[in-house]
Amino acid sequence: MTTTTAPTTMAVHKTITQTSPVKRIIYGIIELAFAALILFIFAQTVPAGNITTFVMTPGGITIGKAPDWILPTQLTLYILVGISVVLAAIQMIRGFGKVTMIVLGVVAILFIFSFLTWQASGKSLNLAGMLSSAVLLSVPITLGAYSGILCERSGVINIAIEGMMLMGAMVGALVGSVTHSLIIGLAAAILSSVLLAAVHAVLSIKYKINQVISGTVINIFSTGMTSFISQKFLQTNQALNSPPIFPRIPIPGLAEIPVIGPILFNTNLFVYLMVAILIILQVALFSTRWGLRVRSVGEHPKAADTLGINVIKTRYMSVLLGGVVAGIGGAFFTLGNVGRFDEEMTAGKGFIGLAAMLFGNYSPLGATGAGLLFGFADSLGSKLSLLGSAIPPQFMAMAPYLLTMIVLAGFIGRGHVPAADGEPYEKE
Amino acid sequence: MKKPDLEKQDAGKVVLQELTDSPSKKNHEKKSFWMSIRIPILAIVTGLVFGAFLIGVTSTRMYAAFGTSFGAGIAEFFKEIATAYTALFQGSIGNPSAMISALQSGNQVAIREAFNPFLESLVQSTPYIFAGLAVALGFRAGLFNIGVEGQLFIGAAAATYVGYSITGLPQYIHMPLAFLAGALGGALWGFVPGILKATTGGHEVINTIMMNWIAFRFTEWLLSGPMNRPGAGGMPISPLIQPSAEIPKFFQSPIRFNLGFFIALFVACLVWWLLFKTTWGLNLRLVGTNPRAAKYAGLNIISITVIGMVLSGALAGMAGANQILALNHSMALGLSSGYGYDSIALALLGNNHPLGVVLASILFGTLRNGATKMMVVSQIPIDIISIVQAFIVMFVAAPAIIRAIYRLRKPEKEEATAVFLSGWGGGK
Repeated sequence: MTTTTAPTTMAVHKTITQTSPVKRIIYGIIELAFAALILFIFAQTVPAGNITTFVMTPGGITIGKAPDWILPTQLTLYILVGISVVLAAIQMIRGFGKVTMIVLGVVAILFIFSFLTWQASGKSLNLAGMLSSAVLLSVPITLGAYSGILCERSGVINIAIEGMMLMGAMVGALVGSVTHSLIIGLAAAILSSVLLAAVHAVLSIKYKINQVISGTVINIFSTGMTSFISQKFLQTNQALNSPPIFPRIPIPGLAEIPVIGPILFNTNLFVYLMVAILIILQVALFSTRWGLRVRSVGEHPKAADTLGINVIKTRYMSVLLGGVVAGIGGAFFTLGNVGRFDEEMTAGKGFIGLAAMLFGNYSPLGATGAGLLFGFADSLGSKLSLLGSAIPPQFMAMAPYLLTMIVLAGFIGRGHVPAADGEPYEKE
Repeated sequence: MKKPDLEKQDAGKVVLQELTDSPSKKNHEKKSFWMSIRIPILAIVTGLVFGAFLIGVTSTRMYAAFGTSFGAGIAEFFKEIATAYTALFQGSIGNPSAMISALQSGNQVAIREAFNPFLESLVQSTPYIFAGLAVALGFRAGLFNIGVEGQLFIGAAAATYVGYSITGLPQYIHMPLAFLAGALGGALWGFVPGILKATTGGHEVINTIMMNWIAFRFTEWLLSGPMNRPGAGGMPISPLIQPSAEIPKFFQSPIRFNLGFFIALFVACLVWWLLFKTTWGLNLRLVGTNPRAAKYAGLNIISITVIGMVLSGALAGMAGANQILALNHSMALGLSSGYGYDSIALALLGNNHPLGVVLASILFGTLRNGATKMMVVSQIPIDIISIVQAFIVMFVAAPAIIRAIYRLRKPEKEEATAVFLSGWGGGK
């Protein structure tokens, strides 16, 4: 893997850009299957003349209002079937070359849209509200994934993201309540998370203990400590657990765009932070000297060391930065959204962040996509249960986990894992 | 992925070493008995000291006393700790003076009541034994099973279902049947990550975490849907199991001590026999400590990995079955108080040896039982135990810290530990 010569690199490159005829047919069949599901399950069971109403403005929004979409259910479904079939046919006959996966994604989105149209038939569904909450729900997942990317690109496995976020959430709520300051609360949350990251770094880089065990120690500690402080102080004294919440900040001009404006440009500070970190991280990792160093340390520490890169220092830096990002993610729970700390309120979001990292193939951009997908599955589940859907919301909630396992198994195509991930570095 | 230390050892030598591990080495082992247990014991002591410090520091009474004078503050600090740890001792072992007077009076009921804290500690340790064995067996096979919690839930659900749906069986058939159903449920939940690891290389840490969340959602659905108790009014709770499926208790009602503890001890013996007295166990341990050697020795790594994970899951399922059949008699969502994570601590503390796991489990069960009384007496949240546990695991996993604190000399030969992590994708 590390001694790849030029010809093999070329070969690998080819398989990515050109899809084989068999794969072309398989993707086509998958797309046809989606179309068939829409036709036979959704369209056939809808009474003719039913109307689906999609509300296109999230609740509580005054700028950037959009009119509702009123769709005749059956006709819409038939149109969607038509588009899917056409795309599937082109896929099978000619193929889409480079954009094959994008087309597959489009068909999947059409499928989800027709599913919603079918579920909301004869009712009204706030689609914009759902997307808006999907973006918010994806924030901690995505930030957790960024934290994981920072650590694991440098070769340190971090399953302590959950613990760092939980600690950040608690400290953010506590300090925010005491000081009545959002910024100090956020800073304290970041600091607490960085402290845990430092412990993880020392245990796994200096003491070279198994990094999964080190992460587990931090998770157990964090769960215990936050619950301890919550029961001892936060629950007995409400004044210690009522931090302010970051307000909705509309971006002038952009917030007025219908549909997109209220979802993306009139929202929480944390969403903007997420986008900012995404851009910084993507550029820093792949286009700067620092990023190259981090990646080389995670791929082949010995070679990096030979070239004069300080492996230990680079790893410490990356893990601590990972702590910063996880701390922001933690603060989102209390300062960004709820305004209160509840025990174990991160509810596994850190682990799902880890899954998003794997799903996004260790790239910030990919992880954001995965995070949005997981956030969407979350908000879809809660909206469907409100609609009184026949599908139990628990099954919707399982989807991200199942998807992660499928990705990990390599059924969709396995990405590249940093070669030295999880291995302590011993200078010789 | 290419571990130099793995390449150095050759397969034949490792196998030979294991085979010639004969009584002649016993003498040497006896000499180093203190060496092998000093780290765990010092870790426990240090963990408790940290816990004591935390109790003292978070005491509001102490700060009030500091207001009057410095000496009073210091005195209150130690008084708080003394009160708390006395309560911990009396709640977990019993009150010595009450025990003696009960024995002197010869009153059966009084004796039972005086010894109940101790018996209750054994009751609390029972699920820990099963769960700890699950993780330890996984570790021995080079598998990190973080999925004990999920396997426990599925095991409990299976045991509950068999427990209430089958009627008219005698207890000596029904109880073991329900118990085995629990083991089977857990085994199924362990099989999935096992087969994924063996065939696709998908890492079991992520897969078991994902299986945990799937298990939680799935049981939530089961308990509010197909397995809902009639007339529960929407509460997610199962029907009561048949009396014939209950694990028998030895004493009357307030004393919960039951056969489950002895089943756990029996299972521990079974695991010990399997690991250390059978060829299969030898192979499993070889796969765990030196997968490369195992491969060259011609072992079927796929089947060993899958069976290892299945057995680990089965043990976790037994923990769930035990909780239902012996204590709760019906299933609700708050079934486990984090046994899954604690069990990792147990396996590490017990050095992945069944005897060590049993001792560590009794310690944790005792602590948890005592913590309940401590909460009543000095209002210290029960989560203090998790914090202490986190410290213990950290010290056991990083003996260098303990050695630094107590100025111990480093042993000449470090014990070999299982290698169970090299990147998430498991790519070769």
